[in-house]
Amino acid sequence: MNLLGKLDWNAIPLHEPIIMGATGFMVLVVVVVLGFITAKGAWLYLWHEWLTSVDHKRIGAMYCILALVMMLRGFSDAIMIRSQQALAAGGAQGYLPPEHFNQIFSAHGTIMILFMAMPFVVGLMNFAVPLQLGVRDVAFPTLNSVSFWLTASGALLVNISLAVGEFSKATWWGYPPLSEMQYSPGVGVDYYLWSLQISGIGTLLAGINFVTTILKLRAPGMSYMRMPVFCWTALAANLLIVAAFPVLTATLAMLALDRYLGFHFFSLEGQGNQMLYSNLFWVWGHPEVYILILPAFGVFSEVMATFSGKPLFGYRSMVAATMTICILSFLVWLHHFFTMGASANVNGFFGVMSMIIALPTGAKVFNWLFTMYGGRVRFSVPVLWSIGFMVTFVIGGMTGVLLAVPPADFQLHNSVFLVAHFHNVAIGGVVFGVMAGYNYWFPKAFGFKLDERWGKASFWCWLVGFYVAFMPLYVLGLMGMTRRMQHYDNLSWQPWLIAAAFGTAIILVGVVCQVVQLVVSIRNREELRDVTGDPWNGRTLEWATASPPPAWNFAFQPKVAGLDAFWSSKSRAQATKDEPTPTRKYEPVEMPKNSATGFVTAFFAVVIGFALIWHIWWLAIVGVFGAFMTLLAFSFRRHNEIEVPAEEVARFVRSHQAGVAA
Amino acid sequence: MNIAVAIDQIPQDELPSASEAGPAPKRIVVAYGFWIFLLSDIIMFAALFASYAVLVRSTAGGPTGAQLFNQTTVAIETACLLVSSYTCGLMSLAINSRRYLRTYLGALITLVLGAMFLSLEIREFLGMIAIGAAPQRSAFLSAFFTLVGCHGLHVALGLIWLVVMMVQVAVFGFAARVQHRLLCFSLFWHALDIVWVGVFTVVYLMGVSS
Amino acid sequence: MRYGLLAGLLIGAMTLSGCTEGVLDPKGPIALAERQILFNALGIMLAIVIPVILAILGFAFWFRASNERARYRPDFTYSGRLELLVWSIPAMTVLLVGGVAWIGAHDLDPGKPISSTVKPVNVQVVSLDWKWLFIYPEQGLASVNKLVVPVGTPISFELTSSSVMNSFFVPQLGSQIYTMSGMATRLHLQADHLGTYAGISAMFSGDGFPDMRFTVDAVTDDRFAQWVRQARETGSALDKQTYADLVKPSKAVAPFTYRAVAPDLFSSIVNADMGAQDSSLSICSTSQRAER
Repeated sequence: MNLLGKLDWNAIPLHEPIIMGATGFMVLVVVVVLGFITAKGAWLYLWHEWLTSVDHKRIGAMYCILALVMMLRGFSDAIMIRSQQALAAGGAQGYLPPEHFNQIFSAHGTIMILFMAMPFVVGLMNFAVPLQLGVRDVAFPTLNSVSFWLTASGALLVNISLAVGEFSKATWWGYPPLSEMQYSPGVGVDYYLWSLQISGIGTLLAGINFVTTILKLRAPGMSYMRMPVFCWTALAANLLIVAAFPVLTATLAMLALDRYLGFHFFSLEGQGNQMLYSNLFWVWGHPEVYILILPAFGVFSEVMATFSGKPLFGYRSMVAATMTICILSFLVWLHHFFTMGASANVNGFFGVMSMIIALPTGAKVFNWLFTMYGGRVRFSVPVLWSIGFMVTFVIGGMTGVLLAVPPADFQLHNSVFLVAHFHNVAIGGVVFGVMAGYNYWFPKAFGFKLDERWGKASFWCWLVGFYVAFMPLYVLGLMGMTRRMQHYDNLSWQPWLIAAAFGTAIILVGVVCQVVQLVVSIRNREELRDVTGDPWNGRTLEWATASPPPAWNFAFQPKVAGLDAFWSSKSRAQATKDEPTPTRKYEPVEMPKNSATGFVTAFFAVVIGFALIWHIWWLAIVGVFGAFMTLLAFSFRRHNEIEVPAEEVARFVRSHQAGVAA
Repeated sequence: MNIAVAIDQIPQDELPSASEAGPAPKRIVVAYGFWIFLLSDIIMFAALFASYAVLVRSTAGGPTGAQLFNQTTVAIETACLLVSSYTCGLMSLAINSRRYLRTYLGALITLVLGAMFLSLEIREFLGMIAIGAAPQRSAFLSAFFTLVGCHGLHVALGLIWLVVMMVQVAVFGFAARVQHRLLCFSLFWHALDIVWVGVFTVVYLMGVSS
Repeated sequence: MRYGLLAGLLIGAMTLSGCTEGVLDPKGPIALAERQILFNALGIMLAIVIPVILAILGFAFWFRASNERARYRPDFTYSGRLELLVWSIPAMTVLLVGGVAWIGAHDLDPGKPISSTVKPVNVQVVSLDWKWLFIYPEQGLASVNKLVVPVGTPISFELTSSSVMNSFFVPQLGSQIYTMSGMATRLHLQADHLGTYAGISAMFSGDGFPDMRFTVDAVTDDRFAQWVRQARETGSALDKQTYADLVKPSKAVAPFTYRAVAPDLFSSIVNADMGAQDSSLSICSTSQRAER
């Protein structure tokens, strides 16, 4: 019996210069980062303040950092796809052989959706939702840490696949029979399965946490119709997570049983049913789209209201639209495969349902429009992203409705027109949204604003680059080009693909600008410092506390009497500024204690995943046992809370007030 | 008055409605969160049920449910599980009145009944595999073993959880968080009953009748 | 944003000139109808999308903070009339496009036969790793990677797959449809103009996917009859043995024909008799896949 399962030295693709180069670069970066931490002697700080932190703000920031790192990884895949297709015309094969190219687009999709967009959105929710609700933490702080680290485990497994073995070549949706053992005998699909499974469980736990937080932990007086819109969209997104991710878990488990134990859910033999997988996958996959876009809508709502200097137009209609989308998103999955040969009634029904989603979405666009009406719009970076979003998303929505017309989809399904459409809404919607949120909440998280000039440069590069990269794909789709082609014969496509590659290069400049923006901002942090805690003249409760907020968020429980709670208390403070401020008695604050549970559990999750991928059964058992013992140890911990003394709270408030006064 | 004071000195109604009452107490939050988890778990079962329903006729020439299922065993299994839910309820009552002995006794009976259920199920599975009706035989059997096995796995995890909880009762007594966890356990155990009613109806009753 | 409009104009220009060989240059009734639906839906939506984009840019510009002339109305947060407008404009658009979708889904249902006085030609399509097999049951012959059809005649397709999922697609003739093992899908197309059209697989199916192309020759009835005669005289016969050879994975296969076909071949592929009786077949293809 082989102790290392399928793992041997051949698993490392030493003969592939591109892969080894990428791996070498990644290892180099990791070594430099680790070396830097060691040189600074920051390991203990990192362990106590970040890795074991159960503070929702820290966890939110770590989610966003993970997302930014994975964005670099996913984006380098994008560059390779675009350059390969710009080259491989006519008889040319480009520089990526099929087995490599197929891994790259599979990894690109998987990473961008599950390890870039997801963590970014969840990270923003983690950071902002408890602050906006006026509470001290989420419902289950330690669980929150577990969720984050499980997501990170999945991301780590995807990155390990670069160096050890291979990633899936069966696309990011992994349709069987192609993803079955018979057609994908390598470990690629197993990497895909276990990284999604592990991070999916993390996301599910996060969803449970947030639904509970939003429904059960709100500041006194904050009824549902007084919640900030971002909290509403977060609620909708997390309800979708709770309702959709279990389906993904079940589906991937079935595919894993097919692959590992020879079950026949989706296989050719044993009367398995491949259409079952497509249905189950998209029952998760379509709500997933809204899990990503709804919080982005929430960010835009906050940004448009704040920077227009007036409340969001049509708050109730926004809430109604959000919840309508939440429900409808479960009734449209079949539009991902109109071409499967369902009856005309079925296709027609799902086509019309898909279009009906455009109704609340359209209403939202109009509401943002009228939020600007009569406002005083300040063109800071978050607003630029928001306006860029509105224009771009309207176009993406339009092509989406086109694809929802079944006969049009019979022609455009799986074409690069489709690719252009979903990038139009994913980049124009989700990426622009998280970028707006990142620029908007960064000063709250770290106490200083991001550099405006580089931020604007980055925005314009992204916007222009997006149009140059994806408008040609619409044209190519109409010219009959299908997606995922490693090479093609039709020479008339090439100019368009070269244009698209050029657009990707412009986006690359935008990404570089973002990195520069961060570096410059850190260097100039003293000039960019936000001492008031309210750098944008905000409206919601997160701006009522210091930047960065203390671990306990609010020294006193905020109370809410209407929408835009902070805005109204600013007016109240202004109106009563001659009255004396009553002296207040500070009380000690009880906070959840740090815990290594999340980190250690996730370590064992990586062990389990890696062991299962390589069929190292004993190691998998060790991993399960280790994870179980970790959770057991946590459950036997005697003290889960620490008390922050009243003096410390008072000291913090006084220093913050001194800062505001200065 | 400064802003910081203005934010927490807002006059409020004497008796705010439930949605304005502020953060809920820990016990409510924990139970609520666990409910949400159970809902998500039931959705996962729903996906497995749906797959079973799609694949139930895909026997690939192999045995059908009517040929395989033994109603007597299933009836005993069902009885074990339902009675264990009753004893679990008795345990909850004992916890509320903080009686150690009754709690342990309730847990023990629940544990034994759960283990009986599991052993019967495992025996049924092994019997089927022995006559060639293994999950690898057909899509129908794959779906059957996965659906019923997933429920069985939940029962097994529940039993481990129950043992851990009894140790915690012994170590911590009826501390608040131990009570919260026991509350979650009983929710979990009852939810498994509900799922089993579904399994019993969809798999065994409908499987034999058709 | 300017670039968006620019690109939009470009697409429009291409549409007008019809210089592509894709879905905007239809050569049959199905593709023609589908292009019309595409244009109709696009037109309905552009009528609202273009004003909205202009309004976004206009509002943002006019209500910029530095504009002294714009009136600041911080209390403008609700208007019943505007809400009605906000919901009814998209509703009307959805109603129109939804009507287009519902009617289109029925009129252009791939499984619906094309009404014609001409008797349809039946073709059975099997997607293999990585090539296309076209069986002409009435003519009793088969062709690989080349589909020859008489012009002006409805073609009735039955499609399946020998292994993974593919999608049969001739952009200039219209609708694509999945091919899936263990089941047969239906499709009806027709070519109205003589010519050679590109056909592809529109569903990723593995390493040989980009080369999984075929050509469609739309020819006159006489030429079709001639082609049938020629094909019957050349090549080997397609029976279970030669089919087993054909199933083996191969890339970029040059077109060729079989002079005869075992009559029940297609149904036996659909019912996977081959797999059940001769399981070595699938194992053999597995290991060959693995080697790649």
